[in-house]
Amino acid sequence: MRRLASAPEALVGLGILAALTVMALAASMLFPGDPLAIKGAPLLPPFQDWSLPLGTDRLGRDVLAELFHGARASLAVGLAAAAAAIAVGAVVGTLAGFAGGIVDEALMRITDAFQTVPSFLLALAFVSVVGPSLTVVVIAIALSAWTGPARVARAEVLSIRERDFVAGARVIGMHPLEIALREVLPNALPPVLALSSVIVASAILIEAALSFLGLGDPNRVTWGGMIAEGRTVLRSAPFLSIVPGIALVLTVLGVYLAGEGVVEGTAVRKGLS
Amino acid sequence: MSDPLLAVSGLTKRFRRSGTTVIAADNISLSISGGETLALAGPSGSGKSTIARLILRLIEPDAGRVDFDGGDFLALHGAALRAKRARLQMVFQDPLAALNPRATVARVLDDPLRIHGLASRGERPDRIATLLERVGLSPDLAGRHLHEISGGQRQRVAIARAIATKPSLIVLDEAVSALDVSVRGQILELLLDLQRTERIAYLFVSHDLGVVRAFAHRVILLEGGRIAEQGDARAVIDNPQSTIGKALVAAVPRLTRTQDRS
Ligand SMILES: Nc1ncnc2c1ncn2[C@@H]1O[C@H](COP(=O)(O)OP(=O)(O)O)[C@@H](O)[C@H]1O
Ligand SMILES: [Mg+2]
Repeated sequence: MRRLASAPEALVGLGILAALTVMALAASMLFPGDPLAIKGAPLLPPFQDWSLPLGTDRLGRDVLAELFHGARASLAVGLAAAAAAIAVGAVVGTLAGFAGGIVDEALMRITDAFQTVPSFLLALAFVSVVGPSLTVVVIAIALSAWTGPARVARAEVLSIRERDFVAGARVIGMHPLEIALREVLPNALPPVLALSSVIVASAILIEAALSFLGLGDPNRVTWGGMIAEGRTVLRSAPFLSIVPGIALVLTVLGVYLAGEGVVEGTAVRKGLS
Repeated sequence: MSDPLLAVSGLTKRFRRSGTTVIAADNISLSISGGETLALAGPSGSGKSTIARLILRLIEPDAGRVDFDGGDFLALHGAALRAKRARLQMVFQDPLAALNPRATVARVLDDPLRIHGLASRGERPDRIATLLERVGLSPDLAGRHLHEISGGQRQRVAIARAIATKPSLIVLDEAVSALDVSVRGQILELLLDLQRTERIAYLFVSHDLGVVRAFAHRVILLEGGRIAEQGDARAVIDNPQSTIGKALVAAVPRLTRTQDRS
């Protein structure tokens, strides 16, 4: 923690993430009720009416309320998708690396196949077929993001499986599946977790892009959806796109900076010990 | 005489690495009776660990036969092999490397009891305490992490894990080589005591002929994957016949000195 604090970028990143978390948690307290409800005259510019600080959109909805509720969707989707991608990737990579032979061959061919399709297209195709909802969006993003963790986990497992404690587990008669998941996988996790900031950041962007194309959950406010809404009045009310756009950029930046700081912190600590 | 506990014949293993082939075990035959200690000695790279790992089915042989506990051990697979492993255990040189680095002492001892169904979940803490006491450790250590205890204590934990399933044979691959001389003596005492009370046989892999002479009943000297010489441990080490045996004995000053005196 102290080492983390000594890196100013990491502090900025953590600060942004903390603010975002507060926004997401406080959304329904500060802006109770449906953020999609109409609160005033349409297209009120920001800083005119202090009960609607960031103004209203095309339909007269409170932009600030939408922004807060959108933080919740972005954060939830980003974290859930990244967690799912890392879990699936770590398990697939561990099984491939530990089993070797045809199992490895088959799992890695599947990984290749997923990796050759651009991740956004894959997510797009999945949501178009299954239909938009928060869960589907999470699965779609995870589907396109698990290959990185799988490769990293496999590479790590290839070296771990030669270690004596794996031989020791076999000697006491432990089942190979238990050896892979309980003994090997946790020891292969650190480099996989180091990928999480990049995955969270890209998950948030993919979610925004899907919402922008109208493939997000229609019953939730999302930043991507807000940008799409604003696009139709881009000339007359550019703030409707700019405000959520800035929020998105800051969030991705925050996740990335904080992630780098954590990785660097642990790397330094490893180097010292 | 009754059948030996372990009978190995014609065991052969070749490793191919970057074009060249190493015969790490070349037509090895040996046997161990219940309650007996057989030492495998020889210089580094002579194939000691390879033979130990072949017998434990950690690697598979190119040829040969292993009979253990009255059956063809190489014929076992899957669940049958895992069940039989309870009878054939191993202690490694470095317990920190051979046990999950994240584990606590209790977890290390819980695994064999759970896997072989030797005690219900509720009984296991008691069994773990008994095991710790059996190897001369306080049951209070159960909650500690492996990196929080000393090297000697760790090797005692490794021994406790090996005896948890009441095996008839334990392979000790350089199990005392990394320990300080005083700790080494205590661990060897513990192993001898276990052998006396539980009639456990040992396959004792070591490059240290001094320890082999004191600890083993019989010895096999290896060179380049082959058996160079074998026989009663004291007889072989006090009067080696093979070139490698003479060279190994000459390399241990305290052995040549005792020989001169006698
Ligand atoms: N997995 C392996 N791959 C290739 N060569 C190996 C492997 N394991 C052992 N060897 C080789 O086999 C020979 C015997 O090694 P080992 O059994 O470890 O000897 P020891 O335990 O007596 O020091 C050495 O030449 C070693 O390099
Ligand atoms: Mg060795």
